[in-house]
Amino acid sequence: MNNSPIDRLVQNTPGGMAKRIRGLSDRTIAWIFVAPTIFLLLAVNIFPLIWTIRLSFTNFRVNRPNNDVDWVGLKNYQRILSDPDIWNTMQATAHFLFWTITLQVLIGFFLAFLINKKFKGNDMWTTIIVFPMMLSPAVVGNFWTFLYQPQIGLFNYVVTFFTGGDPASFSMIGDPNLAPWAIVIADTWMWTPFVMLICLAGLRSIPDSIYEAAECDRASKWRQFWTLTLPMALPFLMLAILFRGIENFKMFDLVVQLTGGGPGNTTTLTSIDLKREAFEKWRTGYSSAYAVILFVTVFGLASIYVKALNKVKER
Amino acid sequence: MNFSVIEPSRHTKWFAGVLVVSYAVITIIPLLWIIATGFKSPTDSIAYPPVVVFEPTLEGYVNLFTERTRATDQMLKEAGKPETWYDQITRERGTIISRPSKYGQRFLNSVIIGFGSTALCMILGTAAAYAFSRFKIPLKDDLLFFILSTRMMPPIAVAIPIFLMFRNLGLNDTHLGMILLYTAVNLSLSVWLLKGFIDEIPIEYEEAALIDGYTRFQAFYKVVLPQAATGIASTAIFCLIFAWNEYAFAVLLTSGTAQTAPPFIPNIIGTSGKDWPAVAAGATVFLLPVMIFTIMLRKHLLRGITFGAVRK
Repeated sequence: MNNSPIDRLVQNTPGGMAKRIRGLSDRTIAWIFVAPTIFLLLAVNIFPLIWTIRLSFTNFRVNRPNNDVDWVGLKNYQRILSDPDIWNTMQATAHFLFWTITLQVLIGFFLAFLINKKFKGNDMWTTIIVFPMMLSPAVVGNFWTFLYQPQIGLFNYVVTFFTGGDPASFSMIGDPNLAPWAIVIADTWMWTPFVMLICLAGLRSIPDSIYEAAECDRASKWRQFWTLTLPMALPFLMLAILFRGIENFKMFDLVVQLTGGGPGNTTTLTSIDLKREAFEKWRTGYSSAYAVILFVTVFGLASIYVKALNKVKER
Repeated sequence: MNFSVIEPSRHTKWFAGVLVVSYAVITIIPLLWIIATGFKSPTDSIAYPPVVVFEPTLEGYVNLFTERTRATDQMLKEAGKPETWYDQITRERGTIISRPSKYGQRFLNSVIIGFGSTALCMILGTAAAYAFSRFKIPLKDDLLFFILSTRMMPPIAVAIPIFLMFRNLGLNDTHLGMILLYTAVNLSLSVWLLKGFIDEIPIEYEEAALIDGYTRFQAFYKVVLPQAATGIASTAIFCLIFAWNEYAFAVLLTSGTAQTAPPFIPNIIGTSGKDWPAVAAGATVFLLPVMIFTIMLRKHLLRGITFGAVRK
């Protein structure tokens, strides 16, 4: 067995060398394993971010590469923060964020609460409810425009059937007052299951023994809900809000396909506005400053929120 | 029988069941409507009131995969008898198939970019997750948080420099560029999820393997990888679904050769106005694989969507 040339070579190799061939030190392996990931993230995320910050102080325009690039200091930031249109956009985003999160938390928590009653077949129905959130938002958003079409759209048919309105003139995405709600409804349809799943995990994490103790103490169901269920599920609920908040602040695909930001600017969320500035008006420097402001806002709000979340968890 | 004091009563269960099932039915209607519309004729698809019972046709699917030109009666006669069933369908509408549409290509791009980025992401992610799980790495928590924070950036915000960078490197509108980009976006998810899965594997297995004379590498791929197989598989499906669904980067950075399906489907236009059956057919073909994956993933869904923060 031990006579093959390779075996002889292995036997005759000094120990130190063999170790070097066979195994690297843990530290080296750790770096070999981590380095490619860090490198790729630096190249595709951090480097562009630094580039964005640099561009935000210039008047560079991608579509006019031969123009002189001037250093304009904070002028871009000044212009953005004093632009009333930006505040309209922020308002549209705030409306979208507030209502989607409120509706999703209320419906999602309620659904999780019901599913946690462990009725027969709850697993299957949970999977069905989860479908919308796994799908491509752009494709779904595009299809919701079909559901919202005046006259021919299913959604409009159902609404006018119950309200008795005129199906030809009732248009969710054509009416400036209704369009902000059209995107809230579609987003709520899509993402309520997300909140529901997290809440369900929260409810299931509460040990039965606590409820048994409460039953022994004759606490009413109502009281059990407010003093046990809700506080114990709160960290999960807050986590769900964090995820939805970040995601919906970045919201682009669903809404851009659904309304394209219109009618007028009523559903122009920040990401859509940013896309227009950067890729339609090609104001690269200006939109870079815009991007930096958005990123700082998300990052700042998220950090504050995570601190609050940790405090709740500690209780 | 269960006599626990906290087991919900039969009435409660029944009531909860009815409410949940009715929500599920309402929420699934838009999806069923997409699938149904794909099999409708153009007239049925825009009928008022909306039709629920209709004669199914494959016209939407034919229109999805072909480009057609309007033909006069004269031309139709000259073209002779339709040779295939799909020729038959278009002839009845007074059109002749001129060439296959771009949908097949766009779908294939989605497959190539989706699987390519997932594979790369899994290789890099598993290695990094293993290192983060098992080794002492300076500033470990900061690095992990840094990896997660890359996910907070709005895609549009980094799209400008990525667009410029890709243009300089010749990566705009290429498969390679999109694969690298989606890999980078998904790495945060895969590292966080996989670290959770690997953390759960008892470290004693590897220690035993190391004592038996395995090297670290061998212990990694002969002991840890098989143990983490379920976790790796579900993480891979999450990465795949994300790359599959991604729209913002796709619409900004690709226009032709490497364009994926999501920016393409909404722009399917028929010979007269928007061809909703074809759009619905395109959406159905595109969404069904994800629905199947969702059913496969249902045990790990929660973990995936919360980056491993909630493990159940």
